[in-house]
Amino acid sequence: MNYIPNILFAIALIIGIGYFANNIRKLFRNIKLGQDVDVSDNTSQRWKNMINIALGQSKMVKRPVSGFLHVIVYVGFIIINIEVLEIIIDGLFGSHRIFSELLPTSVYGFLIASFEILAALVFVSVVIFWIRRNVIKIQRFWKAEMKGWPKSDGNIILYIEMILMALFLVMNATDTAFQSMNSGNVISQFIAPLFSGLPEVTIAVIERSAWWLHILGILGFLNYLYFSKHLHILLAFPNTYYGKVKPKGQLDNLVAVTKEVKMMMDPDADPYAAAPEEDADEIPAKFGASDVQDLNWVQLLNAYTCTECGRCTNECPANITGKKLSPRKIMMDTRDRLEEVGKNIDANKGVFVDDGKQLLDDYITREELWACTSCNACVEACPVSIDPLSIIMDMRRYLVMEQSAAPMELNNMMTNIENNAAPWPYNQMDRLNWKNE
Amino acid sequence: MSEQLKVPTMAEYMAEGKQPEVLFWVGCAGSFDDRAKKITKAFVKILNKSNVDFAVLGTEEGCTGDPAKRSGNEFLFQMQAMTNIEVLNAYEITKIVTTCPHCFNTMKNEYPELGGKYEVMHHTQFLKSLLNDGRLTIEGGQFKGKRITFHDPCFLGRGNGVYEAPRDLIRKLDAELVEMKSCKSRGLCCGAGGAQMFKDAEKGDKEINVERTEEAMEIKPEIIAAGCPFCNTMMTDGVKAKDQESKIEVMDIAELIANADDL
Repeated sequence: MNYIPNILFAIALIIGIGYFANNIRKLFRNIKLGQDVDVSDNTSQRWKNMINIALGQSKMVKRPVSGFLHVIVYVGFIIINIEVLEIIIDGLFGSHRIFSELLPTSVYGFLIASFEILAALVFVSVVIFWIRRNVIKIQRFWKAEMKGWPKSDGNIILYIEMILMALFLVMNATDTAFQSMNSGNVISQFIAPLFSGLPEVTIAVIERSAWWLHILGILGFLNYLYFSKHLHILLAFPNTYYGKVKPKGQLDNLVAVTKEVKMMMDPDADPYAAAPEEDADEIPAKFGASDVQDLNWVQLLNAYTCTECGRCTNECPANITGKKLSPRKIMMDTRDRLEEVGKNIDANKGVFVDDGKQLLDDYITREELWACTSCNACVEACPVSIDPLSIIMDMRRYLVMEQSAAPMELNNMMTNIENNAAPWPYNQMDRLNWKNE
Repeated sequence: MSEQLKVPTMAEYMAEGKQPEVLFWVGCAGSFDDRAKKITKAFVKILNKSNVDFAVLGTEEGCTGDPAKRSGNEFLFQMQAMTNIEVLNAYEITKIVTTCPHCFNTMKNEYPELGGKYEVMHHTQFLKSLLNDGRLTIEGGQFKGKRITFHDPCFLGRGNGVYEAPRDLIRKLDAELVEMKSCKSRGLCCGAGGAQMFKDAEKGDKEINVERTEEAMEIKPEIIAAGCPFCNTMMTDGVKAKDQESKIEVMDIAELIANADDL
C-alpha cells in the first residue's frame, strides 16, 4: 500500500510527459509543412546569436523595465527547475528531500535559499507583469489582435506562474523538518508562522498538497505550452539560431525566377524548346505565398515562437499611424492558420483536405500587406529574431506574380520601370540631363 | 551653377581606355527628381573638389529594381538587376558609390547572387573615407553651431548597420548633433520604403512622414539631415504639412558639406 503515491506519481509523470511529447511531435510535423530552406551557412554566427539573444536575453533588455523583469522570471524558472529534479526523484522513490541527505547541509541550504529568493522575485515580477497588462494597460497589450484568447492566454500564464511560485514557498514553509533544519528557508521562515496555529497533521497535509499541486502544476503547465504563446520558452532557442544572419535590408532572390530571367535574356535560348525533363519538379507550384505551406519552415517556426509581446507592432510605422498592419498579427495569423491546417491533417488521416481557406484574405488582408514600408523595425524589435517582413514580402509576391493584384499606382510604377527603367515616366535617354540644368 | 560640373560617363572613359576609381550610381531619384538632383549635384561638386576620378553610366543606367522587388515583382526586379549587372560587368566596375540607400542596399546585398559583385558604398561612407584619407576637408561654415538631427534611412541604418558615417560627417561641421527619440536601430521610417513612395498610404490616422516630422520637431532642430532622396522628399513634405518651413530645413549630408564649403 505504501507504494501507491509512487505509482500515482509515475503515472502522472508518464501522462504529463507523454502527452507533451505527442504535441511536440505534431509541432515538428506542422513546421515541416513549410518549404525547405538552406540554413547550413554561418554556423558560428548562428550559435553566437542563440547564445546572445536567447540565452543572454540581449534583445529583451533593450526595453529595460520589461527586460529586467523578464530576466528574473527567466533565470528563476531555469534555476528553480533544478528543484524539480529532486521532486521527481522523491516522487518516484518515496524519499523526502533526497538532496538534503546527499549534499552537505550548507550546500543544500544555499541551493534552497537561492530557489526561495528567486521564487519570491519571480512572484513579484509576475505580479508587476499582470499590473502592466491589466491595470496600467500598456497599449501594445490592448491592440485589436489581442482580444479574446490571446488576452486570456497572457493572463493565464501569469496566474499559473504565481500559483506555482506560491505553492513552492508554501511547500517549504509547511515542511516542519525542513524548517527545523533552519538552513535555506530564507523566505519560507516568514510564511511558516501563518500555519503555526494549526495541528501538526493539518500542516503535514498542507505540505503534501502543496508538493503534489506544485509538481502536477508543472506538468500541467508543460502541456499548456503547446496551446499557448508560451511556447517561446522552448522555441526561442532554435528560432534565434535559425533567424536571419544576412543584413536586414537583404531580401532573398527567387531562384526559380532567376532561371526564367536568364533564359529570357539569353540570345541563344530557343523560345519553343520544351522544358527539360529534370526541371519538371523543380518549378514551384506558385510564386510567393498565399497559404502557410508556401512559406518556408523557418517562417513557420517563427510563428510558433511568437509570444505576442507586441514590440514589433509598437515600432511599426504603419501601425503607429493607425493602419491595419500589425506585424504581431501577421505572426499570430500564420500560427493560427498553421494550427488549422495541422488539425485538418489530423482529422483526415494524415492528408490535408482543401478547406476552401488560406492565409491570404481569410486571415491576412491585402490592406495589411500593402501598408508595409519594409523598414525592418519589426525585425529589429523582436527579442527572439522573428522576421514578419519576410512573410509580408512572400505574400506580396503571390499577389503580384500570381494574381497581378498590385495597387494600381504600383502597377503604373512597374510599367514605368519596364518601359523606361525608372519608376516615373521619364525617358532613359534623359538620365544625364541634370548635369547641364 | 557658376562652375561647370565635370561628370564623365563610363562610355567616355572606355573610349579613352581609362578606368575610374569609382562609379557614381546616380539612381532614378537623383537623375529625375528635382529635389534629388540638387543632392546629386552637391555630391558631384564634392567629388570634383576632392579630385575623385569617377564616372557615371548616364543613359546606360536603369532602376536597380528595388521598388519592384519590394512590391513583390521578383521578375521585374531580376530583369533590371541582370540588365544592370551586364552593363556594370562589361565596364569591369569594381567599386560603386551611390547617394540612394535603396540602390546601395540592392546592389550591395541582392546583386552578388545574380552575378554582380562590387564594393558598394553609400555616399556618406565614401565621403567619410575621403575625409580619413585627407582628400576632403570639412569645415562648419554656415552650419557651425546649428542644431542638426539625422534621420536614419531604413536601408542604410537598420538594413545595413551604417549609423556612424553620416553622424561623423555632421559632427565635422561643428554642428550640434541632436538625436530624435527614435534613432539609429530604432529609427522611425519616413514612410517611403517598400514602394510606398509610389502609392497613397492605406487608411489610418496619420501620414508616417508627419509622425516622423513631429518627432523631429520635439527636439527643435534647425536642419533635418537626410541620406536618402526619398526620405528627403517625405521629410520635406512633413515639414510643409506642419508649417515649419521657416524653421526647419531638410538637407542631404552631401548638400551640407558642399554648402559649408560654398561649393
